[in-house]
Amino acid sequence: MKSAEEKDAKRSALVAETNSREASLIARILDGERELFHELIRPYERGLYVAAYSIVQHEADAEDVAQESVIKAYKCLKSFRGEARFSTWLMAITLNEARNRWRKNKGDQLDFLSDCDESAGDYTPSVLADWRYIPSEEVDRQELRTALRGAIAKLSPEQREVLILRDVRGMSIAETASATGVNEGLVKVRLFRARISMQKLLAPQLMPKQRGIMGWLTRKAGGQ
Amino acid sequence: MTLNCKHVWAQVSDYIDGTVTPETKEAIERHLANCRYCSAVLDSTRNILVLVGDERTFEVPVGFGERLHNRLQSLMDPPGSGA
Repeated sequence: MKSAEEKDAKRSALVAETNSREASLIARILDGERELFHELIRPYERGLYVAAYSIVQHEADAEDVAQESVIKAYKCLKSFRGEARFSTWLMAITLNEARNRWRKNKGDQLDFLSDCDESAGDYTPSVLADWRYIPSEEVDRQELRTALRGAIAKLSPEQREVLILRDVRGMSIAETASATGVNEGLVKVRLFRARISMQKLLAPQLMPKQRGIMGWLTRKAGGQ
Repeated sequence: MTLNCKHVWAQVSDYIDGTVTPETKEAIERHLANCRYCSAVLDSTRNILVLVGDERTFEVPVGFGERLHNRLQSLMDPPGSGA
């Protein structure tokens, strides 16, 4: 197994290579090769949809938000200064669009980023005597995917954002902070609460003694 | 440093991210070696996050990419441009 240092070095090299390639693409797009914008956003389009969906919780709205965000990024590309990574800048635009859509849909006057959720809630995990590992192949099961998405939907919008950026998109804490517009400390707090809540919501449901998904997995493992 | 279960739960997220201090990491691992409950909390949290992070968990609507690029293209080729 590779050491954490090796993984970090590999990730840094990949990031540097991507940044360099994207800077070159952006320069050419701004110089008139507009078609290259398709290539620039292609690696991120799926992530934009998932991030938008995590906030608006509606497929058609998430798709519309993703499209609007890409168009806004295209129109505003000149204003991209390269202080953050392009992917982080693009994600920040998407999150803003999604928050606006969410507010509009909810008719909610509360500020999306009000920290009203930060002190409330019980963030104690579900305490189990043991845990049966669930292999990734089981994500092919619609039932499991529904349970995972259902648990995410129960998180606060702020927690959903950081969970999606960090644990689904694999962004660093610093990139997540930059994309969401909050400091790293608050990202960590929200991430902690999101992860513990996911464990609390899902672990009992997925345990072998329960009926349902895990019961099915257990029976399958036992060849029944 | 000696940690109880609640201390360990409070550090689970940072431990998964590898952002705890070496001293805390060692104390957590000492606790985990003797506490099946906290081991199950850590294993379940980590496993659930792997499942959440699997790209199959979130399906993108069929034709999403095509519609996105078509819309973008129509912006690049405004009506009357001959494109």
